[in-house]
Amino acid sequence: MITDFSKPAPPSSDKRWRLVDATMRRLGHHSRGLIVTLHTVQETFGYLDEGALRYVAISLRVPFSRAYGVATFYHFFTLKPAGEHTCVVCMGTACYIKGAPQLLSALQHDLDIKPGETTPDNKVSLLTARCLGSCGLAPAVVYDNEVAGKVGTSDLRQRLAKWTANVS
Amino acid sequence: MSPEDLEQIAEDQRAAQGQFTHQVNVCVAAGCMSCQSQSVKEAIDKEIVRRGWEKKCQSKGTGCVGLCSEGPLVSTGPGTLYQHVTANDAGEILDALDGQPGSRLICRTDVPFFQRQKKIVLENSGIVDPEHIEDYIGSAGYGALIRVLTDMTPSEVIQEVVKSGLRGRGGAGYPTGLKWSTVSKAVGVQKYVICNADEGDPGAFMDRSVLESDPHRVLEGMLIAAYAVGASEGFIYVRAEYPLAIKRLRTAIRQAERMGLMGTSICGTRFSFRVDLRLGAGAFVCGEETALIASVEGKRGTPRPRPPYPAQEGLFGAPTLINNVETFANIPPIVRNGGDWYAQIGTEKSKGTKVFALAGRIMNTGLVEVPMGITLREIVFDIGGGIPDSRQFKAVQTGGPSGGCLPAEYLDMPVDYESLAKAGSIMGSGGMIVMDETSCMVDVAKYFMDFCMTESCGKCIPCRVGTYHMNGLLEKITNRTAGQQDIAMLEELCDLLKHTSLCGLGQSAPNPVVSTLRYFADEYKAHVEEKRCPAGVCGSHAAEQAS
Repeated sequence: MITDFSKPAPPSSDKRWRLVDATMRRLGHHSRGLIVTLHTVQETFGYLDEGALRYVAISLRVPFSRAYGVATFYHFFTLKPAGEHTCVVCMGTACYIKGAPQLLSALQHDLDIKPGETTPDNKVSLLTARCLGSCGLAPAVVYDNEVAGKVGTSDLRQRLAKWTANVS
Repeated sequence: MSPEDLEQIAEDQRAAQGQFTHQVNVCVAAGCMSCQSQSVKEAIDKEIVRRGWEKKCQSKGTGCVGLCSEGPLVSTGPGTLYQHVTANDAGEILDALDGQPGSRLICRTDVPFFQRQKKIVLENSGIVDPEHIEDYIGSAGYGALIRVLTDMTPSEVIQEVVKSGLRGRGGAGYPTGLKWSTVSKAVGVQKYVICNADEGDPGAFMDRSVLESDPHRVLEGMLIAAYAVGASEGFIYVRAEYPLAIKRLRTAIRQAERMGLMGTSICGTRFSFRVDLRLGAGAFVCGEETALIASVEGKRGTPRPRPPYPAQEGLFGAPTLINNVETFANIPPIVRNGGDWYAQIGTEKSKGTKVFALAGRIMNTGLVEVPMGITLREIVFDIGGGIPDSRQFKAVQTGGPSGGCLPAEYLDMPVDYESLAKAGSIMGSGGMIVMDETSCMVDVAKYFMDFCMTESCGKCIPCRVGTYHMNGLLEKITNRTAGQQDIAMLEELCDLLKHTSLCGLGQSAPNPVVSTLRYFADEYKAHVEEKRCPAGVCGSHAAEQAS
């Protein structure tokens, strides 16, 4: 039986936790709001770290193992912060047929990282998506939330050059 | 809101539209949006203001026109469509309003792509502004809901849906009317309606397009369903990867609530219904209804054995109706025109139309809606425009990772639930990927198996371990290190997964392998016996990586 109804303290004094609190309040701090809350955390902070997961778990009164289980079960949640820029290569069927593997291997070669990783200088994160739903424009790539269709290796390299040039 | 109020809004809307002599519709669905159609719309708006045509010409952002590969698309009236429009073309398009349409950008609409389609679900796409409820009401929107609330009993609504012969558009094809009557007969104080918009199937984007182009129609379908089965709360489970669809759904729900078409005591009756969004988080298995329910409950999306079916014991243990986006979108026209009207379209067992997402090696990629029973050849060669670069057609893949690859011999087969199943594929949610001779079928089978392996939730052993081993065997074949015994093992595993997995994901995971083994056995043979890949695909990625 739950006896302690006091509100746990957020992991930091960051004001953005109020957004997370608002989501949990809207759903009555019920455990069924776990996924919705994790979405808010990720939207606000960009990723889920251990402190955030513990805070959400305690607030919604679910075991930490369940919060961690949900966070790792779904591909959309990430436990690591992304780099300055993100490049998502769509690996849906239409993109696959139209040459997404070649794009991915070119990126892997140029950046020297695997999908899901970030370059050591924290500039570019390389990700893959199951399907963006932009199959009419295959192969599709998302550069920093902007979808580009009918991408070729040269477009890709140009964009990478721009990103790395801005930096130095 | 009463029927008269609704009619008044519709009339006001039509009168407001009638004041303009010209209408410029810019497609702002995701396909054209990623070709910068938003800047085209802004340029046209600016140009209208610059010319002082605000009273004469109206510009409007609309949903998907269908021909995504030629976007951004702009329409200035029936039959006048412009393709590949850029922001610089705004002046030229407005110049052409009074005279002859400009020739450079014109996209012909008298081609089979437009002529051979029959639009029911997509009738408003490309015409109605998805962010304005008045525009939807202006084209007979919410009329079906009002009619249901004022002159029909719940059982009459279900009767009409049964008569229409509508079957679930999510893929399995379960009769919708039967599902509705099961939920309505189930005992429970609280019942739920869930709209499955977790379009996880790679290569499919119909649901996304319907949600982005005509969100109110889906809401209207859900409201009618809730009235018929006696539910008071609903959820739309939509992929987090579709931000535009989420935004438009949120707007649509807010507008409907403001108009009193959703919420408590809808239109002054005792019927109340509220809808909330739940975002998926990228798990293919959540398309399976029991896994979806677990996910809405805030848990890991793992399926559970059925029965009890969700119709008896679903969300939070209450009777739950789960239908796909396209199924709900079919409901308002069925109520409006009657079940008999809908039953005239299609074949004996598969009624109505189906939306397909055409993609892959095909001229016209995009969204098409065709009557059931049309042949694959008509879809691929007439509507789709055939294969580009004068290459040879090799296969068409339907149903995503749960479907199969059909070779050229099946091109003249009618497209309906039974025929596709007999040929070893499934209707699926409507993804249709065309492949030419540059695709290796073993590689395609491996692609899907890799997908199923990653997406397996891990609850039941046949699926968790079976997909892993099948993927390993396919890898061996594509590496050309496999022997005859590996093919035999692969066939055995196909059979095992199909019969012993817990849910649809595992049961249908072997389909791509079974269908390619059946129709493209020579390609497997070439990989195993002659140690070569006829399409030259296998090994080339590795070679590129090394260079």
